[in-house]
Amino acid sequence: MTREMLTGNAAAAWGVRLAEVDYVPAYPITPQTEIIETLAKWISDGVLDAGFVTVDSEHSMITAAGAASATGVRVFTATSSQGLLYGFEMLYSVAGWRVPLVMVNVSRGLSSPITLEPDHNDILAARDSGFLQIHCETCQEVLDSILMAYRLAEDERILLPVLVNMDGFHLSFTREPVEIPEIELVRKFLPAYHSKHAFFKATQPMAQGVAVLGGHAYSYFKYQMHLASIKSLEVYKEVSDEFKEVFGRSYNTIEGYMLDNAEYVLVMTNSFSTLGKEAVKKARVKGIKAGLLRIRLIRPFPDMDIVKALNGKKAVAVLDQNISVGKGGIVYSEIASALYNERENPLLLSFVGGLGGKNINPGEFEFVFDSMIKAVDTGKIPAPQLLYTETEWKEMENLKKIAGKQTTVIKTASV
Amino acid sequence: MPELLPIKSIKDISTDENLFPGTPACAGCGGLLTLRHCLKVLGEKTIIVNAAGCFTLLSIYPFTPFKNSWLYTAMACAPAGAQGVRDALDILIRKGRLSPEEDLKVVVLTGDGAAYDIGLSSTSGALHRNLDFYYICSDNEAYGNTGFQWSGATPFASKTGTTPAGRINQTGAELSKKNLFEIWRSHNPPYIATTSPAHPVDLVNKFKKAEQYKGPKLFINLSPCPPGWSTDPSHSVRFAKLAVDTGIWALKEAIYGDVKHTVVPGKFKPVEEYLKEQGRFAHLFKPVRQEEIFKKIQEMVDQYWNEVQSRESIKK
Repeated sequence: MTREMLTGNAAAAWGVRLAEVDYVPAYPITPQTEIIETLAKWISDGVLDAGFVTVDSEHSMITAAGAASATGVRVFTATSSQGLLYGFEMLYSVAGWRVPLVMVNVSRGLSSPITLEPDHNDILAARDSGFLQIHCETCQEVLDSILMAYRLAEDERILLPVLVNMDGFHLSFTREPVEIPEIELVRKFLPAYHSKHAFFKATQPMAQGVAVLGGHAYSYFKYQMHLASIKSLEVYKEVSDEFKEVFGRSYNTIEGYMLDNAEYVLVMTNSFSTLGKEAVKKARVKGIKAGLLRIRLIRPFPDMDIVKALNGKKAVAVLDQNISVGKGGIVYSEIASALYNERENPLLLSFVGGLGGKNINPGEFEFVFDSMIKAVDTGKIPAPQLLYTETEWKEMENLKKIAGKQTTVIKTASV
Repeated sequence: MPELLPIKSIKDISTDENLFPGTPACAGCGGLLTLRHCLKVLGEKTIIVNAAGCFTLLSIYPFTPFKNSWLYTAMACAPAGAQGVRDALDILIRKGRLSPEEDLKVVVLTGDGAAYDIGLSSTSGALHRNLDFYYICSDNEAYGNTGFQWSGATPFASKTGTTPAGRINQTGAELSKKNLFEIWRSHNPPYIATTSPAHPVDLVNKFKKAEQYKGPKLFINLSPCPPGWSTDPSHSVRFAKLAVDTGIWALKEAIYGDVKHTVVPGKFKPVEEYLKEQGRFAHLFKPVRQEEIFKKIQEMVDQYWNEVQSRESIKK
C-alpha cells in the first residue's frame, strides 16, 4: 500500500487501473478529462493492459462502452455534465442490456447558462436510468467506490451498470491523501471478470438488446431491472463488509456525522458535505444538537437506512445542490417519500444551495440550522428556500449593472 | 491471400440460409431480400449491430430470424456499437480469453435515416478510425419505419409524408439525394459498393471481394419499399432492376477510393419508365405531366453517366 496526494480524477484513474479494466472508450470534457488522460498515458506506457479509443461523442462513447461490456470485457468510461446528457439515451439502453459497465461522472452544472463548476442536476437526471449511483465525498472514496462498483455491477444478482459521482473542481481537482491499495488485495476483493451472461462468440450466437412488442414484455424487463436494483441494497452490504475486511475502510449506503444524539440534521451529498460537517461542528459549539446525514447510495435509494437514521430527530433540512425547476430540491422529494409512511416523522425542511459551484458559507449553514430550530419552536415549516447571500446579491447587481440591466429589488430569503 | 473467384451466375450463390422467413418485414421488402443475400456470403460467424429502423423489428423477443448474433443499439450509434464489439473481441482474443475460432465479423445494419442523417457522425468516426467492420445501409430513400418521411436519402421530386405534393409545392422533395457514397469515400476506406436486390451476382461478388480488406467495408443497397414507394410488392425486384437500367441507381465500387462501375446498362432506359409506376412519383404524372421535372431528373442522370464515361471510359 502506498499513500499519495491525488486529485479526485487521479484517484478515479487509480481505481480503474487497479480494477484492471480491459477497455476504455473516451471523449474529453471538463472537468473529467484528467481521468481519461491519465488512463491513456498508463495504457500507452504499458502499465495498464487495456484498449483505449477516443470516439466522436459521448453518445458513441457510452454505446461503445455498453457494446464492449455486452461482448464480455470489463469496461470503464467517464464523462460530465453536458456529456452525460449528450449520451443520455444510451444510459437507458445500456442499463437495459444488463451489462456491468462502470462509469464516472464528474458533476458540473448544466447549460444554460453554460458553466464549469459543480452541482448535481447532471447526475440526478440519470437517476431513473437503471444505473446504480454512488456519490463520493473524498478522493479516497472515489478510488474505493470504483472497486466496489465493479463488484456490484458484475454480481449475478444485479447485472446493472454503475455511475460513480464526484464533484467537478471541488473534488476532481483537489488533492487529498489517498491510500492506493496493493493489487493483490484488489484481486482478492475483485476477481477477474468472466461474463456468464453478456457475451458474443461464434459457437453461441445471441441476440441482445432486442425489441419487445407489448406492455407485458416491456414491463417484465423494467420490473426485473427495478427488482435487481432493490436487491443490490442487500448485495451492497455484503460488498461493503468484504471491502472493510480486505482494506479496513468502510462505506455504508449512508454516512452519519455526529448523528447519534443529534436533534437537527442536515442532509447532503457529495463533497460539499465536508462543509456541512464543519458547520455541524460549529453548531455543536453553540450548543445546537446538530448532525449530518450524507446519502452515498442514490440508486437504489436506501429508504430504510434513511428512515432508521432520521428516526426520532426533531427536524431535518435537506440541502439540495440541484434544482428541479418548478419543484425544488430533488433529494428533498426523495427523502420525503422515504419518510412519509412512518408514524413519527421529523419536520422536513428544504433548501437549495451551491448551484454551479456557488459556495455554501458558514452563514448559510447557520441560517439552515436556525430555520430548523424555529420550525420546531413554532411548528411552522417554511416553504423551500433558495440560499443566496447578501454579498452574492450585491456582486450580481454589479454584474447586471455592467451588462446594462436595471437592478431589481425583488428579494426573498437571503442571509 | 486466396485467389478471388467471382461467381458468374445466380446458381453459384450458396444455398445456405442464415436469415429465415417469418419476419415481420413488409411483403416485397427489397432490403430483406438483399440482407438474405448478404448473410449468405457473410456466414454464421457474424454479429449484426443494428440501428433503429425497419430491421430493428426483425429480432423481437423471444424470436430472431438470424443464425448469427445481434445487438440493437439506437438510431445514431450502431457504428459506435460495432467499435465496442470489435474492440472487445480483439481484446478477448489477444488476452487469450476467447479462442480466435470464436471471432465474429461485425456488421452494422441500418436504414438510410441512420446512415445519411442521424448516424453520420458515429459513422465518420468509425471510418476515420479504420474500424474493421461491414456496414450495410438499406436505403429505401425515406424514414420507412415511421411511415415514409423525407430523409437525406430521399431523391428529388419524391413524395413523402413530410414532402407532400400539394397546390403550392407540386414537386414533393425539393432537395436531391445526399451523396453518401462520396461522403464515405472521402474517408478513404478500403471498400465501398452500391448494391441492388435485382443484381445478386454483383452483390455476392462485392461481398466476397470486400472480405479480403481489413477496415471499413461499406454497402448502400437501394431497397424498394412497397408501402413507401406505393408499389406492388411482387414487383420490387423489377423496380430495383429499372433503377439500374435507367441509370438512376449506379452499381459501383470504390477500392481505396478508386471508383469503378460494375454494372453498366448497354442502353439506358428513360427515367420515366422507373418513375411512372411508383406512387411516390404519381404527382409528376397527374393531374398534369410535369415535364420540367422529368427533364431535370433525366439531366441529372445523364450528367452523372457522362462524367462516369469520361472518367472510366465506359461506353454509354
